[in-house]
Amino acid sequence: MKIWIEKQKHLIDFTLASLARRKAKNLGLLFIYTLLVFVLASVALYTHALRTEAQKVLAGSPEIVLQRLVAGRHDLIPPGYLEQIGRIRGVQKMEGRLWGYYYDSVVKANYTFMAPRDLNIARGEIVVGPALERSRGLAAGNGISFRSYSGELHTFIVAEALPQASELVSADLVLMHEEDFRAFFKYPEGHWTDIAMSVANPQEVRNVALKLMTALPDSRPILRDEVLRTYASIFDWREGIMLALLSAAILAFGIFAWEKAAGLSAEEKREIGILKAIGWETGDVIKMKFWEGLLISLLAFLLGYVAAYLHVFHMDAIVFEPVLKGWAMLYPRFTLPPHIDGLQVATLFFFTVFPYTAAVLVPIWRAATTDPDTVMRG
Amino acid sequence: MRPAHRVLIVFAITAGSFVLTFVDAARLRAQSESASADTARLVERLGLTDPVLFTEARYTRHPTQADLQSAFQDHPVAFEHFPTGSLVPPPAGILKAYENLDRKTEAPD
Repeated sequence: MKIWIEKQKHLIDFTLASLARRKAKNLGLLFIYTLLVFVLASVALYTHALRTEAQKVLAGSPEIVLQRLVAGRHDLIPPGYLEQIGRIRGVQKMEGRLWGYYYDSVVKANYTFMAPRDLNIARGEIVVGPALERSRGLAAGNGISFRSYSGELHTFIVAEALPQASELVSADLVLMHEEDFRAFFKYPEGHWTDIAMSVANPQEVRNVALKLMTALPDSRPILRDEVLRTYASIFDWREGIMLALLSAAILAFGIFAWEKAAGLSAEEKREIGILKAIGWETGDVIKMKFWEGLLISLLAFLLGYVAAYLHVFHMDAIVFEPVLKGWAMLYPRFTLPPHIDGLQVATLFFFTVFPYTAAVLVPIWRAATTDPDTVMRG
Repeated sequence: MRPAHRVLIVFAITAGSFVLTFVDAARLRAQSESASADTARLVERLGLTDPVLFTEARYTRHPTQADLQSAFQDHPVAFEHFPTGSLVPPPAGILKAYENLDRKTEAPD
């Protein structure tokens, strides 16, 4: 065993000396390889953590949200719907929700205004989300005015701000009293944005949704399952822009790595011929090249993954921020708790280390089994 | 120092860092457990349906509540013009409903 380990160390010594003879090319390859692993690992870590956290916090969202559609577009729930829904067996609890969007021209940002039934907010007061608190410099006791879409100026006093830890779900919220909401948006009395429901038996959610669609043909029930599935597929690497962006980078790197590994230069061929001539066995030449492939690819994987972890969970994925922010002026600041998918890490490891190592070994096999004199003469 | 030993030290450090990321992940998860639970309670209390990921447009702010026409609000063949619209898939429930309708058609229109 000791002899075997000593032999591998000698092979590594020789491999490092060989790599150092083409320092710039090999360092460049290591840098690009590490960068690619960094980008892939960052995307995988970020999307998995975001999906897991979103599913965790949204587990308490309403079981059914009922909307009304007119000509395929969302419209208000008129009076009488709540009474009709109340007659459907299986509906345990229902409440009309009031919420909508407001565009603040001061900071050019969109807010979500909401009138929750469960919070005690006095008339004339609001509770603001952390991103609003930051962007408008608000604190408890401050006043703020919003101009409604009817042109009227409404002034509110900030009662409190929601905790920063909840920013993932509350960043842009403005919570107010129901009467303030109706007065601000000129919402007709008895009308609601939509209806949130809970069902007595969770197994019967789909049946209740079907009954709702039968009783109210212009309604659209949205189930909690659908909400969770939407966020399970968000940022899925198989979809949309992630695959388009990454596939070009992966293909470019694949071509570069294949050219580097599969095409032996005249110098490399001569080197192998000399090694064979001075007594190296075919197996030793192949082991040397194996170490070369493994050292580069394994180091690239380890460095790239660790850098990706630090980037996503200690630097809040700062590289992705411009992509995620888009044209939004209000952007939530949240630190994702790390949820790591072992299968994704293992897959990344497999596709980082094995293909490159194999690509290095394949051309060497032929050169190592050919007569040294023929190889040296090229 | 022998080159092989230097490389082995580098690998030991990077492999150790790799393992440490999992330890750190467990530590951060434990630290954030109570904040996540408070956030989940807030979601239940307010009846929220979507996290605040993209505030550019209403169909990116609440993708699960958006109707199919939201992204094409300006006119029927309008292109997507918000960058984050390309990151957000259509709501799962809408896609499913449209697939079912196609499969139920027997005679061509």
